[in-house]
Amino acid sequence: MKAEVYVTLKRGVLDPQGKAIQHAIEANGSDAIAAVRQGKYFEIEVAPALEPAAARAELDRIAREILSNPVIEDYRLEIHE
Amino acid sequence: MKFGVVVFPGSNCDHDAYHVISKVIGQPVDFIWHRDSNLDGFDCIVLPGGFSYGDYLRTGAIASMSPVMRSVVGFANHGGIVIGICNGFQILCESGLLPGALLRNASLAFACRHVNLRVERTDTVYTRDYERGQVLSIPIAHGDGNYFCDDETLARLEGEGQVLFRYVDSKGDPTPESNPNGSRNNIAGIVNDRGNVLGMMPHPERASEEALGSADGRGVFTSLAAALAELAKAS
Repeated sequence: MKAEVYVTLKRGVLDPQGKAIQHAIEANGSDAIAAVRQGKYFEIEVAPALEPAAARAELDRIAREILSNPVIEDYRLEIHE
Repeated sequence: MKFGVVVFPGSNCDHDAYHVISKVIGQPVDFIWHRDSNLDGFDCIVLPGGFSYGDYLRTGAIASMSPVMRSVVGFANHGGIVIGICNGFQILCESGLLPGALLRNASLAFACRHVNLRVERTDTVYTRDYERGQVLSIPIAHGDGNYFCDDETLARLEGEGQVLFRYVDSKGDPTPESNPNGSRNNIAGIVNDRGNVLGMMPHPERASEEALGSADGRGVFTSLAAALAELAKAS
């Protein structure tokens, strides 16, 4: 079982890196971009012995308590069985 | 009474803090390794500046899960006095001892220079040797010092007087130009509601001797030494 976690800055939290990337894309000659928000991506291999329901609960806790900081970030967990 | 300076892999202001405490203000101090969890005998814990664990994941995040930090959280919850400087401030926010978080500087640039700080309160163990409204010249050196919290938390911090230091201009006014990193309300340092945990981005340990260009930071350490001496006498 594999899990993927996406961590992104909350709406309302400024993302100057995303802005700088957006400006670079515009400077590169593209007008296809309206906004860029930068985030983090984690690929996780789940321990084989874990039951799917227990794995989901534990991964959700890990994503919430460790991989993201709830003060500034949101996360999205995807599990592929 | 004794100070303890925690050493994480990647701390780089630990020796500066140790030097100021031992040589400049002449107080007992020991290093505490990040894997140690016994804080017996310590009266004040210093979380120094640096790049603990290479700033992996988020600044201060990995350090906040280290064995020593579990003990520091217990120490603080029992009223123990804690000061986090720069990376130490980031660790305190990640560990939940202080509200908010430190984001990447709004400019995206690493800011390394002296700034002006206004002392907002002097009735704390960290600032009793200053005057209210005094403007200090103390260096910053960080890439992630942009203090962020939600509106409700900000109102509480301001309402309860938990902002101890604010970035200001030379006249003492918190202008946008004097804000080096985009921090909300020009916040440079905050205490918890109980007043025993301080986090600040500027480095008082780098400005505690005239030979370094400013001794304005020394008051943080002399204030702590005086407060700890009083607490020791009272107990």
